[in-house]
Amino acid sequence: MWKNFPLFPERASALAWQVDGLYFLLVAVSAFFTLLIFALIFFFAVKYRRSVHPHPVQIEGSLPLELAWTLIPLGISMVFFAWGSLIYFQEARPPKDAMEVYAVAKQWMWKFEYEGGQRDINQLHLPVGRDVKMIMSSQDVIHSFYVPAFRIKADVLPGRFTTTWFRPTKAGTYHLFCAEYCGTDHSGMIGQVIVMEPAAYQAWMSGGSSTGTLAANGQQLFQELGCSTCHRFDTQGRGPNLTGVFGRPVLLEDGRTVVADENYLRESILSPGAKIVSGFKPIMPTFQGQVSEENLMALVAYVKSLAQPQGKAAGGNEAAAQGTSNTQ
Amino acid sequence: MATAVQTVERENYLNANYGIKSWLLTTDHKRIAMLYLISITAMFWIGGFFAMMIRLELLTPAGDLVSSDTYNKLFTMHGIVMVFFFLIPSVPAVLGNFLIPLMVGAKDLAFPRVNLLSWYLYMAGGITALTAMVMGGVDTGWTFYTPFSTTYSNTHVIGAAVGIFIAGFSSILTGLNFIITIHRMRAPGMTWRRLPLFCWSNYAAALIMVLGTPVIAITLLLVAFERAFHIGVFNPQLGGDPLLFQHLFWFYSHPAVYIMILPGMGVISEIVTCFSRKRVFGYEFVALASIAIAVLGFLVWAHHMFVAGISVYAALVFSLLSYLVAIPSAVKVFNWTATMYKGSIRYNTPMLYAFGFIGLFTVGGLTGVFLASLGIDVHVTDTYFVVAHFHYVMVGGMVMAYMAGLHFWWPKMSGRMYPEGWAKLSALLVFVGFNTTFFPQFILGYMGSPRRYHAYPPEFQVLNVLSTAGSSILAVGYVLPMIYFLWSLRYGEPAPPNPWNAVGLEWMTSSPPPTHNFDETPVVTWEAYDYENQPQEEVTIGH
Repeated sequence: MWKNFPLFPERASALAWQVDGLYFLLVAVSAFFTLLIFALIFFFAVKYRRSVHPHPVQIEGSLPLELAWTLIPLGISMVFFAWGSLIYFQEARPPKDAMEVYAVAKQWMWKFEYEGGQRDINQLHLPVGRDVKMIMSSQDVIHSFYVPAFRIKADVLPGRFTTTWFRPTKAGTYHLFCAEYCGTDHSGMIGQVIVMEPAAYQAWMSGGSSTGTLAANGQQLFQELGCSTCHRFDTQGRGPNLTGVFGRPVLLEDGRTVVADENYLRESILSPGAKIVSGFKPIMPTFQGQVSEENLMALVAYVKSLAQPQGKAAGGNEAAAQGTSNTQ
Repeated sequence: MATAVQTVERENYLNANYGIKSWLLTTDHKRIAMLYLISITAMFWIGGFFAMMIRLELLTPAGDLVSSDTYNKLFTMHGIVMVFFFLIPSVPAVLGNFLIPLMVGAKDLAFPRVNLLSWYLYMAGGITALTAMVMGGVDTGWTFYTPFSTTYSNTHVIGAAVGIFIAGFSSILTGLNFIITIHRMRAPGMTWRRLPLFCWSNYAAALIMVLGTPVIAITLLLVAFERAFHIGVFNPQLGGDPLLFQHLFWFYSHPAVYIMILPGMGVISEIVTCFSRKRVFGYEFVALASIAIAVLGFLVWAHHMFVAGISVYAALVFSLLSYLVAIPSAVKVFNWTATMYKGSIRYNTPMLYAFGFIGLFTVGGLTGVFLASLGIDVHVTDTYFVVAHFHYVMVGGMVMAYMAGLHFWWPKMSGRMYPEGWAKLSALLVFVGFNTTFFPQFILGYMGSPRRYHAYPPEFQVLNVLSTAGSSILAVGYVLPMIYFLWSLRYGEPAPPNPWNAVGLEWMTSSPPPTHNFDETPVVTWEAYDYENQPQEEVTIGH
């Protein structure tokens, strides 16, 4: 019967069981207190009804009881607080070696781009058992990336990257919903998350038409937009050398230090004057309005690939980049 | 009966003078309360109509009854009307206006003309918002999230925002009036520790109205400015920050939840004591819990934003504070339950509604604890779980309390008894209809059904059908009181001054009270809820 009338969505991520475990405990404790209150009300209402109990007994109150029903719920709720926070902290910290998928949300569709350069619309193909980090941004209003089977939701904002991660544990097709109201066709902004066995995933990946990896596309843009004229791979450029910058602390002109994450790179492209690297002049023009969300993601993927000497994403082009830097 | 007939013939605030002008220019808090009663009842039916359309649309998975744009406007207007024009004014503006001066033994509120002004502001705001709706509506959700509301929506956002802005001043003025009346106009002997808990909880709500409402007013003004003049406050393309809006919006709108529920809690404290014939258990704890809720309520706003991209440490702090705000609510529930212990309990309609309140508010409060838990919130926020949760608090809690209060004080307000049998039936229908409507939505939410969806995957249909069926029972439960209250105005038994044999100064004057409330200023020499010294006479009227 429960097959036709499920009470929970499928559990298809490593975290789903943790979330459900906490949920079950909360349901149990809530049911206990709800039934306790209902039972007491019912019992008092019957036992002390006017016809059998005409003379009420006046009671001022009781400090021990007040303390008990203040402190016991407080204690119980601190357990829930700690457990819920532990799950949240795991969700907020993607593993270092997670595969990355870039997502652009717009009214009313999802566009995904994989590291290999393959693209998907309203479908997200993933292998079983790999950690997946989503790097997402919106082209217009706020959307929200929600996969109930993974128990994961993250708002997708215009003007910045937000991230989330998960590890699919079960092959299958799951709902992808936009969970933040975004206008006319909000309920049509849905898609599928297709989790495949690794072999099938490889076959799917190689079958798609790709115009080079995301980082390679980024490298091409890096040349076309003229970034490479200043951001050279030596110390002679008018802009900082971007090799190895990603994920590292950067000392700014005003003395602050920031970690060069995706949002820092994004901001440096769109509002270059916001954070000037120590030792450089604010001469870079803004690329606001000239770079689409997709191209921005390709540029970020390229700069990230420069931080990884093994050429995680840029592949063969990495060698070319190295070669360029060597000749100068 | 002889005394009852005499009561009706006596001059009172209803028959003191006649004519439309005597109502529209009145400064009598009781008449203003009646003006509010009529206007918010109209708003309740408008908002209820939108709700029924939503439920009918969701009967089938496909979006087939109305277009998606219409659907989006329906849930937006349902939210705006119900939150800003029904729930926020409901208990304070109707029952609070009527009762606070009576309960503290005063002739009127501190500023009677300001009180009338607040009703006119409410009407101006309400008519502005309704005009925006008639001209084509608004589709941003009642939350007005940016940059959708400031840049992308093509509907009457500014009209709706201005309506709420104007109505906000009504709320601020009412709050000021309550605070000053409770501080300055208590009768001799009415100390803070003897103050009815209804006054305490309205006082706490009034603090939030005065301190919180300016924030939503300025926020909506900024939305209107960004929309009209493209100043960049919230839209990142103009250099703004969309999360700034959410912080500002919830800084008011979370405390606003307590504006809505606190006065309802006050109603329940009055009713549970009266029909148990007992002093309230732990008076100080119930009173201070109201203040604790009002203070902590200002510190939890970002729990609406756990998946919005805020820092994990901010989320941690807001989660912790959200657990803390649940504690005083739990304390109240335990104290009401304990008040019934060894009481002498009667099951009149107000008490039945109060039972319903305590039960449904408990469910609403406990599911709030689910949402305070970060790991669970990530999964269920923006789903039907949230919809069910806040309807349990707002409808299961606040509307139940409002109905309880309306029945309890109807004899005082109208001078007539309502028909008890029909009223009990309505309480039962509301309880059953409410649970059938909203309990399935908890399951829907955990299943992952997002809110504000015009069409939904077919596997969610069974629960949606159940919900729609429940809502039609609920609708009947609300239509009944509307009919029998109107009926009672003409045919109801005349009410004696104190039909429930309750304590409280409002019962020591005639029903309905004279314009000046009390012939002589009362002097209070007894403690709050002094049922011990109240004679035990059985009242025959109103069974």
